[in-house]
Amino acid sequence: MPEAPQKVSIQLRVNGKLHSREVEPRLLLVEFLREDLELTGTHIGCDTTYCGACTVLMSGAAVKSCTVFAVQAHGAEITTVEGLEKDGELHPIQKAFRDCYGLQCGYCTPGLMLSALQLLKDNSNPNQKQIRKAIAGNTCRCTGYQNIFKAIDTAAAAMRSSGHGD
Amino acid sequence: MYPRAFTYHRAGSLREAVTVLSQLGEGAKLLAGGQSLIPLMKLRFANPVHLVDLNFISGTSYVREQDGALHFGPLTRHAEIEKSASAARVPILLDCAAGIADVQVRNRGTIGGSLAEADPSGDWATVLLTLSCEVRCAGISGERSLKLNDFLKDAYTTALAHDELVSEIVVKVPSGNSGGAYIAFKRTAPVYPTASAAVQLTVEGDRCKDIAIALGCVGLLPIRAREGEAALRGQQITPKLIESAADAACAAADPQSDMRGSAEYKRHLVGALVKRAIEAALQRARGQQVEVSHIYA
Repeated sequence: MPEAPQKVSIQLRVNGKLHSREVEPRLLLVEFLREDLELTGTHIGCDTTYCGACTVLMSGAAVKSCTVFAVQAHGAEITTVEGLEKDGELHPIQKAFRDCYGLQCGYCTPGLMLSALQLLKDNSNPNQKQIRKAIAGNTCRCTGYQNIFKAIDTAAAAMRSSGHGD
Repeated sequence: MYPRAFTYHRAGSLREAVTVLSQLGEGAKLLAGGQSLIPLMKLRFANPVHLVDLNFISGTSYVREQDGALHFGPLTRHAEIEKSASAARVPILLDCAAGIADVQVRNRGTIGGSLAEADPSGDWATVLLTLSCEVRCAGISGERSLKLNDFLKDAYTTALAHDELVSEIVVKVPSGNSGGAYIAFKRTAPVYPTASAAVQLTVEGDRCKDIAIALGCVGLLPIRAREGEAALRGQQITPKLIESAADAACAAADPQSDMRGSAEYKRHLVGALVKRAIEAALQRARGQQVEVSHIYA
């Protein structure tokens, strides 16, 4: 008979809120976010490190949360799509995706917005090539990407003019 | 997808990691960036009983310049190398670091993990074979340093003993009249390349003083294309000679037909990549700024 699975204590901040949990080591970060914390805005697409639907920021860096164990996020600060909106106000990236129609089915959108967030934290005025490179790890099967590029460009401009820090 | 259950060990130091490995035996594996290992575990191609996590060890992620060489910590992420001013002095390193998969994978994946995994389609080993590169390995009985060529044994196989790990990678900075370039051909960013070519070329006036050519993804290990190198070494560099060097280089390829293309296609492709990489390396050796990027199908 297999032994009872090991449980490991983790403590991490998700969208600013501290969580302490006991988890099995094989639990993936994306499953932890969706199943344990019920933050279902982070999607599971391919589950094979390809599509980027599960992208979140881990201590400021975009990662595919299907390819990180929850135990590895111990002590980290995670940002998911639920953390973008502040006080009922959409983040400029969310507004731009809405206004530019940077989505159709919306499945890839949370991951794309988090990849866009990492780009715009590092580079407030990216050119087209830099935008393309920043979202090369996010697959959209609906839009053909044109409106997504436009949305990120628009968000960058909005964030520059409002002095938006994040 | 869930991997098979395993026991998790969070190492506090490299020393602790090798001690744990030697105590736990063959069922224990190291977890570095996890960008290859975790997918393999989810598909249950890899089923370690114990996983020793190196990610919480401080001081293992760095790029340092010392005595004409770049020293890379084993857990240095591709993204850190991409942003490193020291690594930027050797453009071929930047071509590699900035071109691996996508932002998310580069934020996690490590240079030490990439070399230790020795995936035939990995990028780092191909690039580093064209430079003077030593891999420092640490075990419980001490350290040893291996030339990269001796470190790589076979597909997914290195000279590392079960209870050893990569503790540092040391790359000699090439001389001022040397330039290199790395070009991979990929269907999309997140996938492994179909083929890749790395070239480091040293010039003396119009002549090729020395050259190293390595081919990636077209054999069980990255391949040094010695005949291609011999075609150029010591010669006056002309477009025609670059062409023949590329032809000679692709003869060294030993590709397999798979979903990325037929063996014949890959052999042809790698020759074309060698030609482009020689041209870019030559411009860089002459002090010109050339941007090199991977080619997408």
